[in-house]
Amino acid sequence: MSMTVVLSQALLGLNVGVFYAMLSLGLAVIFGLLNIINFAHGAMYMLGAFIALIGYSFIERWFGISMEIGFWPSLILAPLLVGALGILIERTMLQRLYKLDHIYGLLLTFGITLILQGLFANYFNVSGTPYPGQPESLSGVVNLGFMYFPTYRLFAIVFSLVVCFATWYFIEHTKLGSRLRAGVENPELTQAFGLNVPLMITLTFGFGCGLAGLAGVLAAPIYSVSPLMGADLIIVVFAVVVIGGMGSIMGAILSGLALGLVEGLTKVIYPPAASTVIFFLMVLVLLFRPAGLFGKEK
Amino acid sequence: MLNKWTKGIAGAVGLASLALPLTSAAELSDDKVKIGVLSDMSGVYKSLEGPGAVIAAEMAIEDFGGTVLGKEIEIISADHQNKPDIGASTAREWIDAEDVDMITALDNSSVALAVQGLANDKKIITMNTGAGTTALTEEQCTPYGIHYVYDTHALPVGTATAIVQNGGKKWFFITADYAFGHSLTDNTSEVVKNLGGEVVGNVNAPLGTNDFSSYLIQAQSSGADVIGLSNAGQDTVNAIKQANQFRIVQSGQKLAGMLVFITDIQSMGLETAQGLQFTSAFVWNQDEEAEAWSRKFYDRHGAMPTMVHAGVYSAVTHYLEAVKAVESDDSDKVREKLGEMTLNDFFVKDGTIAPNGSMLHDMYLVEVKKPDESTEEWDLLKVVSTIPAEEAYITMEETKCALVN
Repeated sequence: MSMTVVLSQALLGLNVGVFYAMLSLGLAVIFGLLNIINFAHGAMYMLGAFIALIGYSFIERWFGISMEIGFWPSLILAPLLVGALGILIERTMLQRLYKLDHIYGLLLTFGITLILQGLFANYFNVSGTPYPGQPESLSGVVNLGFMYFPTYRLFAIVFSLVVCFATWYFIEHTKLGSRLRAGVENPELTQAFGLNVPLMITLTFGFGCGLAGLAGVLAAPIYSVSPLMGADLIIVVFAVVVIGGMGSIMGAILSGLALGLVEGLTKVIYPPAASTVIFFLMVLVLLFRPAGLFGKEK
Repeated sequence: MLNKWTKGIAGAVGLASLALPLTSAAELSDDKVKIGVLSDMSGVYKSLEGPGAVIAAEMAIEDFGGTVLGKEIEIISADHQNKPDIGASTAREWIDAEDVDMITALDNSSVALAVQGLANDKKIITMNTGAGTTALTEEQCTPYGIHYVYDTHALPVGTATAIVQNGGKKWFFITADYAFGHSLTDNTSEVVKNLGGEVVGNVNAPLGTNDFSSYLIQAQSSGADVIGLSNAGQDTVNAIKQANQFRIVQSGQKLAGMLVFITDIQSMGLETAQGLQFTSAFVWNQDEEAEAWSRKFYDRHGAMPTMVHAGVYSAVTHYLEAVKAVESDDSDKVREKLGEMTLNDFFVKDGTIAPNGSMLHDMYLVEVKKPDESTEEWDLLKVVSTIPAEEAYITMEETKCALVN
């Protein structure tokens, strides 16, 4: 087995890993603050990709307006729209469930997922529609020495890493972030200090969903856009969150990246195990370190 | 007669429908011929068969005159969504409630096997134009199942032979993980080994895979001369495009598309696909007769026909000719007639339908043109050589079909 192969699969694994990281980060932020297991996260990712696709290919066909929204504007627009939808869901539905058990939030968001998937499966084909809007400037190929790698994928890796670490910095090292964390630790006390905790919670949920939407836009040019693209990914992402530790921001990022790498390297060693290796690790973590690799025991 | 009246209206209706075929001069069940086009209308195989197959069947019926034995010919179509259960339940409904007499298209081997099995129980002819697996005419052959355009034996004979003889000895397969892909990989491996080649690896990819990159890197690192793509439709397009992105071909490995349709080449573009060799049953501009029909098809469909579209036209036409000849839509009689006929039209020359259901006809080894060789948008392929029917298809001496031996 040559070093080239290992490096190639590792890089492709990292490519998948940044999507795991971005999605599990959003899940971890939401779980940390709201104590809600957001099953609709995959649907938000799918929605982000569809907003990019519709903006690029369908505006003229559907509305008769000669206009196309390119990749770059979508990269801003889609997270905002998905975030807004998240806020709407939080305000109108999730808020009523905070006093109940986690399972109610899980069931509600699962229902939302099925509705969104069904809606899109009605209008778009399930096996995927290619996103044609990949920017010309990123269409080339970079020679990395050990392999040729498409420029766009490289961009997606770097961009996602920047977003992940910026989010981590914001929550762990800024004043607003520290208030968020205070809200998580003790909502009543934080509210007593005059901070608007419900608003913080709403915005956080919107932010988490927006991150998923952003990941969706980034994924669109690599994978075809399909109503089930989120459902395929969300189970793995939940495993990533469990391994990293529920509610741990850095844990979500690092385990997302690491598990992408593990998956990639498994393809070198024993390909058939690649799709299950993450779940195998999840079982081990649950058995020996139930709070996750980076989580704190409560 | 009187005591039958006492059995009430329900009994009378039942008897009337039973009595009908006996009283009608030309025996047509329910007084019409109904043809079902069951295809992937929305998924990966949509463009190679799908709505275009319905148009091809309509054209066949129009050219036939719209009626047979003075009775109307109808079409019904549906989307099987590449799911055997949906395909089988649609076919069951068609046969039981809609009185469908023949079902065609049936791209996707898993769906095809399910529907052919069901149609056999119900004694309904299936003329498969879309699926690849040889199981349709081998292990799971039926007296009513006809396999019309190509199969996974005919495809590799031309392509793999040509490639191995040009020095492509070591093969790695990327296989669509269902009946068709496995069948194609097995048959191709056999051809490669028989010619002294070697299979160094295989990886199964789910149907509808979007990201082939890690499979391609595996293939690249296997040291194979040739990467065989045992898949079809959008899967093949994605794999070839990504092989291009990762510079697989430029690094010295050859790609072999085991089942490629002209629509795939169109969607990839000549720049990406040039030089690719594969086996096809039909090229729209192979001769004047084919071109004339194809241009009419283009006017209605907006794309040139694939071999499968042309095959649907040919299959429907010959089915109707057989119905006309035996003056009946009784499946046993029609199937017997089809077995005696020599099939000739713009799609097939001197084709015959063997006892196992395989339609034996010549195939073509084709090559994708270079961009400067192409004279118009759809002028994409040139015929390299003809593969005679006897070489392309499993012979009646070799067949494992229980109906034959």
